[in-house]
Amino acid sequence: MSNQAASVPPLRKPLPVSGRSRSGMAIILIGVALIVATMLFGSHIGEYYYLATYTILQFIILGTAWNILGGYGGYVNFGTAGFFAIGCYTTIVLNKIFPMPLFFEMFVAAVTAGLIGLGTGYLTLRLRGVFFSIATLALAIVLQTLIVNWSFVGGARGVYVIRPAVSGIFISYVQFLVVLMVGLATFAIFVAWAVEKSWIGIGLAAIRDDEAAAETSGVPSLRLKLIATTVSGALMGMAGAPFPYYVTYVDPATAFGLAIAVNSIAMPLVGGTAAWWGPVVGAILLGSAQQILTVTISSAANLFIVGILLVGFLTLAPRGVVGIVRGWKRGRR
Amino acid sequence: MIPTILEATRITKRFDGFAALTTIDFRLLKGERVGLIGPNGSGKSTFVNCLTGILAPDEGSITFDAHDITKTPAWLRARRGLARTYQIPRPFRGITVRENIEVPLRFAVGHTSARAITESAQVILEQVGLGDKAEFSPRGLTQVELRKLELGRALAAQPKVLIADEVMAGLSESEVDEILELLNRLNAEGISILLIEHIMRAVMLFSQRIVVIVAGCKIADGLPDDVMKQEEVERAYLGE
Repeated sequence: MSNQAASVPPLRKPLPVSGRSRSGMAIILIGVALIVATMLFGSHIGEYYYLATYTILQFIILGTAWNILGGYGGYVNFGTAGFFAIGCYTTIVLNKIFPMPLFFEMFVAAVTAGLIGLGTGYLTLRLRGVFFSIATLALAIVLQTLIVNWSFVGGARGVYVIRPAVSGIFISYVQFLVVLMVGLATFAIFVAWAVEKSWIGIGLAAIRDDEAAAETSGVPSLRLKLIATTVSGALMGMAGAPFPYYVTYVDPATAFGLAIAVNSIAMPLVGGTAAWWGPVVGAILLGSAQQILTVTISSAANLFIVGILLVGFLTLAPRGVVGIVRGWKRGRR
Repeated sequence: MIPTILEATRITKRFDGFAALTTIDFRLLKGERVGLIGPNGSGKSTFVNCLTGILAPDEGSITFDAHDITKTPAWLRARRGLARTYQIPRPFRGITVRENIEVPLRFAVGHTSARAITESAQVILEQVGLGDKAEFSPRGLTQVELRKLELGRALAAQPKVLIADEVMAGLSESEVDEILELLNRLNAEGISILLIEHIMRAVMLFSQRIVVIVAGCKIADGLPDDVMKQEEVERAYLGE
């Protein structure tokens, strides 16, 4: 028996444990450092770079949020745009009723999207595999139809949002939004990291690998999946809340855009779904590539490039950048 | 009198009109070792799935440790101390062997300290002979090792009842003895064991009582020697 055992090479050597609680601190420190840097050197940066950075940060949050259910739990959500739009339209509704601080709007957006995530989870999580994915796609379509027919928020015509005056410490409202998004992205990444390293993460991994076997090991799979849909939905809604102030004009076609759903799946897949930093790397890679190509070639090339990169990664490196890095680390030892 | 730990009463399960199980009565006493045998497709695994909550029986009830668990979800049955292995190993392939063991330690037993979990996981892996494979991916394990992992994962749940569904299939004679020894040791610690197995030598050596299911019906239940002498059992196994 032991001879036989020795002949099989180890597939995964233990990763250093030292990074375990340190990465949580690192995430927050990097976030704070980026905010400070933006505040200090903000005036030297052109407005375009702020806009581009905003988009990338938005996708870091969406990809990270998607990965909590899709990457850790193995449930592919095609409805990211739906949750994102819930965030957008929560801001719009609140803003129409009574203009209030963005922080409050974000909070309400996160709670609303989280609750809708929980409700969707209840209705759809008994479905597995592709059936679940189609149900989430349907959810986004139903929500879009509702918004299109709701004239209070502009219906199909869309709605204009007026940016409030910005506090004196910021150069412009866009700079304020970018600083805010750095904070939100840091928060989202920290949440994903905490989920991954906690009992929720290991339970979700078991569910992803074999749901019935997970249940027989005592994993309350429905409860864990509901936690994942709620957290994931809330983060997506939070990411959508500042969007109306960024674009100042929102219509259903933008808020429910195909690019949002596609990107928030493609980015974790390219970066790697096994670790919290995968979606971050994926969003930075794909997001910057899209921005560069939009400027240099054409804006239509956007999703085309995503498609090519996605196919390339799925065939050559199915575990994304995370897989490549782990393989490389293993090879060195 | 020895108390009953697991009791199934008139369990019936149909798949689209096909009766997979018909009014099966079954009882496992505290500390007992029972063998469940039957030809392929006779409904043994379906029965185990009903007992553990993977399938819901159409009729009948199940009592475990003085609780009616007929409607209890699988994860809660595991938490209460009803553990099983799968006939075809179903490891969590995306995590390491040690983490596989950590799942029931965390969820079925309810350990919270990361250090305690890692240490208990190592003890269990040593127990099933996978001590040197802790940081491997299950993808790199052999069939035999995968069966041991199944057993380790069931043990990690600290069960009162262990249902071992063909844990010895494909093992060599000495490996079968190794597993039998482990099962006997667990039984000595007070765990009741239901062994589903095709290897008759193992079943006869291990069981205090044998239950035979053929075509979804229980046809025999008694002392191993008596059961094997029954004409119906002989016919089911050896043909007319």
